[in-house]
Amino acid sequence: MIEFTNVVKSYSVGTHALRGVSMQIEDGEFAFLVGPSGSGKSTIIKLITGELKPTSGMVHVNGYSLERIRKREIPYLRRTVGVVFQDFRLIESKTVYENVAFVMRAIGAGTKEIRDRVPYILELVGLETKSRRHPTELSGGEQQRLAIARALVNNPSTIIADEPTGNLDPDRSLEIMSLLQEINNLGTTMLVVTHEKDLVERFSKRVIAINEGLVVHDGMDGYYRI
Amino acid sequence: MKINNLGYLMKEGIRGIFLHGFMSFAAVCVTVACLLIVGTFSSLMYNLNIIVEDLNKTNEIVVYVDETLSDAEARSIGTQLNRIENVHNCVFVSREEALENFVADYAERGTFNGVDASYLRHRFVVTLEDNHLMEDTTAAIRSVSGVADISAAYELAEGFSALQDILRLASIVIIVVLLVVSLLIISNTVKLAMYDRRDEIAVMKMVGATNSFIRLPFVVEGFVLGMLGAGLAFLLEWLMYDALSSRIAAIDTLKLFNFVPFREMVWPMVATFAAAGIFVGIVGSWTSIRKFMDV
Repeated sequence: MIEFTNVVKSYSVGTHALRGVSMQIEDGEFAFLVGPSGSGKSTIIKLITGELKPTSGMVHVNGYSLERIRKREIPYLRRTVGVVFQDFRLIESKTVYENVAFVMRAIGAGTKEIRDRVPYILELVGLETKSRRHPTELSGGEQQRLAIARALVNNPSTIIADEPTGNLDPDRSLEIMSLLQEINNLGTTMLVVTHEKDLVERFSKRVIAINEGLVVHDGMDGYYRI
Repeated sequence: MKINNLGYLMKEGIRGIFLHGFMSFAAVCVTVACLLIVGTFSSLMYNLNIIVEDLNKTNEIVVYVDETLSDAEARSIGTQLNRIENVHNCVFVSREEALENFVADYAERGTFNGVDASYLRHRFVVTLEDNHLMEDTTAAIRSVSGVADISAAYELAEGFSALQDILRLASIVIIVVLLVVSLLIISNTVKLAMYDRRDEIAVMKMVGATNSFIRLPFVVEGFVLGMLGAGLAFLLEWLMYDALSSRIAAIDTLKLFNFVPFREMVWPMVATFAAAGIFVGIVGSWTSIRKFMDV
């Protein structure tokens, strides 16, 4: 579960990125986070992944209190939150298989466990035939599917997708969104940050709209309102 | 970090060397260049110290024996002189040999022609281990029964001692400065290599890898590259040293510079190069990666 209670985040230069955000995303829920550039969406993601600490207010993510989390606990928080980025952030020197396997290595999984799980996840995202390729040999849509596989492999309770379709054409975007929907159907909480109005309206899910550091709309009507 | 990851992380470290071949090559080259400079200068200073030490040992003390003693009694003093601490060597010169030396030295002027040897004393020519202690040693020699007088060049000994002290201090200061400069250069090269891989580190952080999981392959990589650089630098140093010393030995006018054979310095050199290589590799990668871990 993700819970923000009256969260304020100010930067040292005097900018107030968030000015009292409160919201709650339940386990297994699918929500869109929308808003224009500079509205505070990235700050929310950074707060959820422990990259930032709130200036005031409370942030709870999957049992961790972010306002008082210790540095050494952050890796363990991040294992409960898979992140998918717009620019994929894949390791180009590793193959498709290795890009996914090393995430399991990072949490101390054994070789047998990795051999069993990675092919299953690659099949889930439709990349089972490309496991020996390198990211540069994949199309944009395939790279994003690989990024989703990587976010998914450690079975996190939450996935945050930051503009996951920003670099893709409409068909590939729909494909990726459908994949995220399927993953959500398996029980994973999904928070998709986007500014693509058509996609948001097409999927009819909860929409949290943020503007100038405040939640300006939070509804289940699937409409993109700012 | 779980133990079943150790093998994997070691392999990743070795793999990283080949994957980032150019940066690995640059790091090894910089390490070799820096260690060669430090090594060459150290061996040069070591030799210079030995040369000055040898020159110092040529500063002799002449110990005159009481003329009332018989030849046998005079010679027996040598045993007591040899027992004195700091006496390196002690050679008996009879009054007849002393006269022969004088005659030979002043042959042109004929100063000693016709002089009777009985005017001279038997003597010992003594060299010391450490000329810093010349005054104490001459005092000990003076207390030996049968010693009539001593002739010692205290000022020359002091000059040599001062020269040795300055040389030692200068070598320590210069070597330390060179080492620090080398460490900075090598550490910057490692930092460049890390900068090249900052995205990879950021991804690892984002998926929940612990700091030790991220660090270990880089430390393994730094260790291997440091050892490789140290090994290459050592071999090059050996080749250069042998080539240079044999060239100098072949030049008649430079025969004064008798270089210490490299084989005599092999183990201290191996230890120094290996320690420097390991230190530079491990500490360099450990500290450089810190900057990129703050995600």
